[in-house]
Amino acid sequence: MAGERIPLVGYLVLEPQPHLVANECESCRARFFDRRNACGSCGGRSFAPAPIATTGHLRAFSIVHRADPGVRVPFVSAIVETVDGTTVRANLVEVSPDPDGVRLGMPVRLVTYPVGIDSEGTECIAFAFAPVAA
Amino acid sequence: MTESVWILGTAMTRFGRHEMLDLVDLASEAALGALDDGGVSVNDLDVLACGSLFSANAGVGQQLLGQIGQTGISIYNVANACATGATAIRVALMAIRSGEASMAMAVGVEKMGKMGLLTSSPKGSKAAEVFEPSGRFGSVRSVDGILGTKTMPGVFGQAGMRYAHDHDGVGFDQFARIAHKNHLHSTLNPLAQYQKKFSLAEIKAAPMMAYPNTLLMCCPTGDGAAAGVLVSGERLRTLSASQRRRAVKISASVLTSDPYVEGGQVQPDVNTLTRNAADAAYEQAGVGPEDLDLVELHDCFASAELIHYDNLRLCEPGGAGDFIDSGAPYRDGSVPVNVSGGLISKGHPIGATGVANIYEIATHLRDEAGDRQIPGARVGLAHVIGLGSSCGVHILERSAA
Ligand SMILES: [Zn+2]
Repeated sequence: MAGERIPLVGYLVLEPQPHLVANECESCRARFFDRRNACGSCGGRSFAPAPIATTGHLRAFSIVHRADPGVRVPFVSAIVETVDGTTVRANLVEVSPDPDGVRLGMPVRLVTYPVGIDSEGTECIAFAFAPVAA
Repeated sequence: MTESVWILGTAMTRFGRHEMLDLVDLASEAALGALDDGGVSVNDLDVLACGSLFSANAGVGQQLLGQIGQTGISIYNVANACATGATAIRVALMAIRSGEASMAMAVGVEKMGKMGLLTSSPKGSKAAEVFEPSGRFGSVRSVDGILGTKTMPGVFGQAGMRYAHDHDGVGFDQFARIAHKNHLHSTLNPLAQYQKKFSLAEIKAAPMMAYPNTLLMCCPTGDGAAAGVLVSGERLRTLSASQRRRAVKISASVLTSDPYVEGGQVQPDVNTLTRNAADAAYEQAGVGPEDLDLVELHDCFASAELIHYDNLRLCEPGGAGDFIDSGAPYRDGSVPVNVSGGLISKGHPIGATGVANIYEIATHLRDEAGDRQIPGARVGLAHVIGLGSSCGVHILERSAA
């Protein structure tokens, strides 16, 4: 099965273009990335998949220097608000991980990259956000 | 008219490393101290609420009464993240309000040692041999450090930076100043884990944990306990004049959880539930933020304290940066905040924290806080927040007698 790819999380869709997909409540439109029992906003029981915009802006960040063993530091943890108003957390990449390299409000776009390969040769693909070139 | 509830006695251990004392030693020291302080005995208690987070399944309340008096009363062992202690206080208070008890004790205790970094994601997830989606997010491996952070310094760092995104005048300097204040305050508190003053330059140059929080802007882990004996107004009237004079009124007691907000699934919203709790508490007590003589709030990180100035309505909306810059929350300022040293310097043995905040406020309202006394304090507010999330707010008032 060499050459297969699998997304890091179920809400990342790789084809045809990488994007995130949420479970959207059919009554109140609240969006969730996890498996749902019901809607945490209104209690609704019906959901439909909703594709999430792949661009947005940096709403908040932290530059993490201490983490569990196996986690590479420093990295920039980013809270992004997409242009369709959905909040997403991921690393911010293609920036220098210091306060001068990261600017609140900066426009960002979704990117994907490999983060490991399993014993059957399947590649795990993660997402991150990167600055939009000016 | 609901029954009034008062703090009759209160005590805490020193916070820090207690290698020779176990959980029950710490709980006993605080509980016996609170009983002695209130001039009552374990036989006077109708209910015990015992809060301990990391030993939540150990029957700590039973172990405690096993040592200090096995009277057969109802025991409620409670756990509610960093709001565990405040929840124990509320359980004791609700037992009295319900009419089932006239005197109840709340104890909070924790023995953490050097636990290292706390995170809200499970530890020790190993790399899989074959990738297989699992869990609610269908993840095939640990996402920590790939999809951002769930470590506490980072989560609260992000909360502070979001405030900086939305409001002017907030940055690294303001967060550093908060840590400066709390470390400075702790030099007057003999029960604090640390009692050392640091310069702004030292705070900013300390090892970075998760920007904007350096090591000196983060609370330490530690051991400690605190206790409070609560009594109904009716029973208090049967006690001595000195017990009545030292009693402190609980004018408001509120516990909220986080309502749904967009984005809460990726970054916990610690603001809305705090605002809801504060507003309800001011309403219950019939006081406003301008009436407060001191505040103990949940500064697990400097970035957390800053946003709670706004959430607790201590500053103008959006004005938390100006508030710390003006010196208002220093002990000689207009609204002294965390004169105990706060979690950053007094320490944060999780289960004990929400009771210790109430100990601190009550001690000032009794004019018994020694070198760190806020002169003439009459009204104070204690706030805690446990991620996940629960927020406890109590407003205390000095006895009119
Ligand atoms: Zn809904």
